[in-house]
Amino acid sequence: MHQPGSESGTVDMMINMGPQHPATHGVFRMELRVDGEQIQDLVPHIGYLHRGSEKLCEHELYSQIITLFDRLDYISNFNNELVIVSAVEKLMGVEPPPRAELIRIIMCEFNRIASHMIFYGTFAIDMGALTPVLYNFRDREKIQSLFESVSGARLMHNYFRVGGVKQDVGDDFPERAMALCDELERGIDETDRLLTENEIFIERTSGIGVISGEDALDWGLSGPVLRASGVPYDVRVDEPYSRYDELDFGIPVGSAGDSWDRFYLRILEARESISIIRQAIALMEPGDTMAQIRRIARPPAGEVYAHCENPRGDLGVYIVSDGGERPYRLKVRPPSFCNLQALRDLTVGHYIADAVVILGTLDIVLGEVDR
Amino acid sequence: MTTVGSSGGATDPSSRGANATPAPAKRREPEAPRAAVALSPEGVALAERLPVAFASHGIEVDAALDEVVCMVPADHLVDLCRQLKDESAFGFEYLRLITVVDYVEQDGEFEVVYHLFSLANHHKMMVKTRIPDRRASVPSVTGVWRGADWYEREMHDLFGVVFEGHPDLSPLVLPDDFEGFPGRKSYPLHDYEEW
Repeated sequence: MHQPGSESGTVDMMINMGPQHPATHGVFRMELRVDGEQIQDLVPHIGYLHRGSEKLCEHELYSQIITLFDRLDYISNFNNELVIVSAVEKLMGVEPPPRAELIRIIMCEFNRIASHMIFYGTFAIDMGALTPVLYNFRDREKIQSLFESVSGARLMHNYFRVGGVKQDVGDDFPERAMALCDELERGIDETDRLLTENEIFIERTSGIGVISGEDALDWGLSGPVLRASGVPYDVRVDEPYSRYDELDFGIPVGSAGDSWDRFYLRILEARESISIIRQAIALMEPGDTMAQIRRIARPPAGEVYAHCENPRGDLGVYIVSDGGERPYRLKVRPPSFCNLQALRDLTVGHYIADAVVILGTLDIVLGEVDR
Repeated sequence: MTTVGSSGGATDPSSRGANATPAPAKRREPEAPRAAVALSPEGVALAERLPVAFASHGIEVDAALDEVVCMVPADHLVDLCRQLKDESAFGFEYLRLITVVDYVEQDGEFEVVYHLFSLANHHKMMVKTRIPDRRASVPSVTGVWRGADWYEREMHDLFGVVFEGHPDLSPLVLPDDFEGFPGRKSYPLHDYEEW
């Protein structure tokens, strides 16, 4: 078949990837226009998991919304719960007790490690390395067991409350968490040894999907994807929430903005999270875990935007309250949604196999992209 | 396909089944307490500079909790946004969020809200513009921040607000053949019988 005007006499081919494709990490579809193996154009299609979460939130009590937030980014549930409870607390002017704040930080940082572990594992699978994921899931399971002992659920914890947490942690929690930190550190070292310096891995990732810091900001990227491009923006530092300002931790920043940077940054972040958890456990003192507020939250009329650093980036929520028990309008700022927008720019000019790698490094969760 | 500019969802709310949950309470009158305003020093400085810098844009500067709010007429929106991004004194290079709030029942208007953040100057603000529901259209800011692209498409899907000058407003989160604007208050949440 000849295309008039084409020098080589070939035509571009359309390839459809997804929505049921293992490398798209959920129900995501992309239309690729390829010349041989080279991608000429990419059109992302989302919305397969659109559940109307924001509309549902407008019809629920604030305490019921927490369960809906669990289901947005379903592999970092605690981080999602934190953003909605801190938004309502900010609007109401409620301060949770210090112990509750530390429990939240510990849970969120463990969740960050668990989420990053899924990332390394599935990212390696995307490139054909089937071994690392087994180690990562083994370690993640230990984190889930800790979550289960604290909240009663492995996933979908519904543990944070407006004004604190559902219940105090057990007496053995500090020892358990400390021991888990040591185990996780060994697990991260293993992944680091298996992947980071592996020659094939470097060949597949370095220089692939480069985005400059300026472009990344223009696209509204956030989280590891933005920091890998050299922009040191982390909500935990730039607008400290909870008790992060009392903790000492570094923000890893990349320089090349390529896939390898985005991968390695998450290894470094997981290590920082372990350091945060250790500091937070040391700061823990006995005390209340719930502020004295009425059972059904009724914030004053007004508007609030609160955001937290999710494993995927800057997760925010904008609430318009009319002084009732339900929000008048609720809108989520989903980090994966923004990060995914840049996919076309990142992939055009690369090969099909690289598209899978680049999509992997964006680490999207479709529950949050589509809502 | 979604039709643009029309008011009201596809299904008439009055035709709902008897078991359907009632619509949420209307926006209350001022009897509800208001959240206290507490601007940071950067926010106070920004709120003072804005009316001076944009005197000709017809802006109104206000505050909500810890954020500066700048209300601007729709026809000055893009110009204001471009200057907010380009002038180093403001430096809002980061667009956090675009959203639409439905005030049709109260005022017959939609409010389009832009959340901006400046990494360099470490300040944040909201830009708001109000548009009538009968002609729900607002100029697109995709030329200012590329990240506005999907936000605007999503809001077009859910609220039927047209972002003029947007390169492609095809459905993003809704199916291609979906009718109505499910984000609007007039669109019922339950139009099925519970069992």
